[in-house]
Amino acid sequence: MQFVLPDLRPASAELFMLVMACVILMVDLFVKDRKRTLTYVLTQLTLVGTAFVIFMTSTGEVAYTFSNLFVDDLMGDLLKLLTCLTVLIVLFYSRGYVLDRPQLGRGEYYTLVLFATLGMMVMISANHFLTIYLGLELLSLSLYALVALNRDSVRATEAAMKYFVLGALASGLLLYGMSMIYGATGTLEITAVSDALMQGQANRSILVFGLVFLVAGIAFKLGVVPFHMWIPDVYHGAPTAITLLIASAPKLAAFAIVMRMLVSGLVVLAADWQMMLIVLSVLSMAIGNLAAIAQTNLKRMLAYSAISHMGFMLLGLVTGIVGGDARFALNAYSSAMFYVVTYVLTSAGTFGMILLLARAGFESEELEDFKGLNKRSPWFAAVMMMMMFSMAGVPFFVGFFAKFSVLQAVVAAGYLWLAIAAVLFSLIGAFYYLRVVKLMYFDQPKDLTPVTATVGNKVLMSANGLAVALLGIFPQALMSICAVALLRSL
Amino acid sequence: MSGTPLLSLAVWIPIFAGLVVLATGSDRNAPLARMLALAGAFAGLLVTIPLYTGFDMQTPAMQFVELAPWIPRFNINYHLGVDGISMLFVILNSFITLIVVLAGWQVIDNKVAQYNAGFLIMSGLLNGIFSALDGILFYVFFEASLIPLYLIIGIWGGPNRVYAAIKFFLYTLLGSLLFLVALLYLFINSGGSFSILDWHQLPIPMGAQIWIFLAFLIAFAVKVPMWPVHTWLPDAHVEAPTGGSIVLAAIGLKLGAYGFLRFSLPITPDASHELAGLIVALSLIAVVYIGFVALVQEDMKKLVAYSSIAHMGFVTLGFFMFSALGIEGALVQMISHGFVSGAMFFCIGVMYDRVHSRRIADYGGVVNTMPKFAAFFMLFAMANAGLPATSGFVGEFMVILGAVKYNFWVAFAAASTMIVGAAYTLWMYKRVIFGDIGNHHVAELTDINGREFLILALLAIGTLGMGLYPQPFTEVMHSSVNELLRHIAISKIQ
Repeated sequence: MQFVLPDLRPASAELFMLVMACVILMVDLFVKDRKRTLTYVLTQLTLVGTAFVIFMTSTGEVAYTFSNLFVDDLMGDLLKLLTCLTVLIVLFYSRGYVLDRPQLGRGEYYTLVLFATLGMMVMISANHFLTIYLGLELLSLSLYALVALNRDSVRATEAAMKYFVLGALASGLLLYGMSMIYGATGTLEITAVSDALMQGQANRSILVFGLVFLVAGIAFKLGVVPFHMWIPDVYHGAPTAITLLIASAPKLAAFAIVMRMLVSGLVVLAADWQMMLIVLSVLSMAIGNLAAIAQTNLKRMLAYSAISHMGFMLLGLVTGIVGGDARFALNAYSSAMFYVVTYVLTSAGTFGMILLLARAGFESEELEDFKGLNKRSPWFAAVMMMMMFSMAGVPFFVGFFAKFSVLQAVVAAGYLWLAIAAVLFSLIGAFYYLRVVKLMYFDQPKDLTPVTATVGNKVLMSANGLAVALLGIFPQALMSICAVALLRSL
Repeated sequence: MSGTPLLSLAVWIPIFAGLVVLATGSDRNAPLARMLALAGAFAGLLVTIPLYTGFDMQTPAMQFVELAPWIPRFNINYHLGVDGISMLFVILNSFITLIVVLAGWQVIDNKVAQYNAGFLIMSGLLNGIFSALDGILFYVFFEASLIPLYLIIGIWGGPNRVYAAIKFFLYTLLGSLLFLVALLYLFINSGGSFSILDWHQLPIPMGAQIWIFLAFLIAFAVKVPMWPVHTWLPDAHVEAPTGGSIVLAAIGLKLGAYGFLRFSLPITPDASHELAGLIVALSLIAVVYIGFVALVQEDMKKLVAYSSIAHMGFVTLGFFMFSALGIEGALVQMISHGFVSGAMFFCIGVMYDRVHSRRIADYGGVVNTMPKFAAFFMLFAMANAGLPATSGFVGEFMVILGAVKYNFWVAFAAASTMIVGAAYTLWMYKRVIFGDIGNHHVAELTDINGREFLILALLAIGTLGMGLYPQPFTEVMHSSVNELLRHIAISKIQ
């Protein structure tokens, strides 16, 4: 058998990141500095470099490599670019927090974050069920370790344990589903699965049986009801810097694997998985929004809000194929993509705000801690208010257009009742976002300590807030980018 | 003037002025913030004047139209324009903003910049609502305008302000979210257009019309507010600071009524005819029942809030009789109510600033210490009761005339409220103003100062001017109202 060197160009960004992650792992051994400035700078440069490589190597064409295990297309490029930028922002926000907490600020933190990012990128570019699994495990294992990084904290350890056990269960479900698909079609390559299904030879009952497990595994990773149990505990228990990471970039990767597995691979079964996702979506919006009301901890509240947002995002995915008609597919999937991208932007901002207000020995994660923020810092209260109104879907903030684009896809597909249910649950959701605004603006502060974050952090947070507002006034560009990326990839 | 984007200026000048005011920061710069806010409000009013002077009364078409693509992906346009129905509200709103900035001049000394910025930004957003011709642009302004008022009630309001602010926000959000679904439905079924004017021409089957009408109804009924979804209003009014109450009563309540004219009637005319009985019934309940509720209030602001609901009942009643007299009367009533209710809330604010109570029982004999104030208050109370020669009379009279043609008993029930309205307003006036000096608070009252005099005089000119010579207000409406009536007389069922 002749050895053929695979075409490495489509995977150059991943390779670059892998090499750099290993280099940083080595370099960090020789860093004496307690602040690990060198490691931090190198990590950030790696992310910038990877983003640059993605940008430069993006051809807009669909390219397969590694015997069709791996695909590079415009959707993948866009999502990977956004992933790198998000992680860049996450590390930037976390810098001060990590410095104040020596347990976190070790070299492992940076390399684990890089490996998690690599995992996300592999997930995004997977063209094979096993590649998806590989990326997913790389991401998950890095995250388990990151959650437990502060090993003296009982809460964090418990969260990591829970995350690990439930995550392993979900991986098992996913693998089991994949094995069924393999049994029915004889292949795990996503494009080949799709072709095999088009032939109509595969055993349908085995396929649907496998599909149930696949959807359950995906639902776990997305964190939608009833596979959401880990989300509140992990969001709450993990150090905020890690919560920020979990709550942002992985949502992009999760969206990508849904697109790869369900839309690219199993589109023939759309009627089946759409029905399942509708149930998951409505349940998530209901339970996420209702449970969020009862929370007193902001991280926990945002965890439930994340559940409801992922439920809302699923609405865009379930409306792509209507009665075998794919006319609405591009509209629906690009609206879901727009939703998830803007959600990540807003979510990064809200958790970033918790980090911004946290100090050594003070987490600033209780809702009470936001009381009277308007007195302490009118500008950051305004930024947080923009985030909250954006999450609630009030214009002129980007969250409104995210909800709008998904809702128009739902209405276009003829699911009026689903649209009405979605807006009614958003109304419930508006209540707890309003309560945060109420705490910041209507209540008296508990302490009057001014915000002590670094200038860079303040600038980035301001930019994040302005982005939420400006994208809400001019959403066209981002919407078009999402649509074009999907058009060129599907 | 054709080249100047007047409507854009009317929308964006106040918003940018608000942002500039916000930038003045802490209360150390309060005098600067006030001056900037006044300048912004004044500039905002100035740019709306050419809307009236340059208005062509002969055409029912949209004027001062601006059209630019906003979100081409969904065919959403930045489409502004006014006709005889909406133009006056843009001017009224800009005028009321000036009043509000003046009204808070000395009274608000806490977070002055944020207070004034809130009102300026809201003013721009409200102008946007009245001039938007694109469904989503309308919706965006409609919902964004909740944010400033939510903050104004919540930060500067009374003791129960948090409850009132959240109730206000959620109630109105409920209505507008269903409205959004209706907009999306129209978008899909019109082949991808968000233009309100396109929707006016869109044929819709009866079943769909009913559902769309009901979705519109929930959104607008909450805003008007109509019985039985009115309960947020007394809470919001009582807790809001004076300025918030003025804007809410003078402009906020008009949004729902305006929505009926811009959306419900022309887009779903058949459903409007079909369900007119329901609206007329709800309006009459508001007019009669809420009138009696107002009679027993002990809190002055609550009393005026309930009287607002009753007056807005006249407006919805006028709309759904489908006659020129009814609709024009309702429009006149809306503008008149803008002056009168704004003035009533300001008067209550004047007393509240001095005594810190809104309870009727805490007053008595105010005329002895505040004679000038008592005279102004008398005028506005009379206008609120619908006395001839005040603006309050014109609108109610036109609506009642229209109602006589529509149905005698409807007219009879509506006319009976002239008596109830007079009863609750004048009885309150009597208990607060006349009689012997009630307590030492009243004895220590000082009469209105120059600033308060100016505000009351401006509002009094509006009230009296409109009552004595309503033609400048009604003549600009004629062609638009006639066109609307002609339009809704044609069935859209195919």
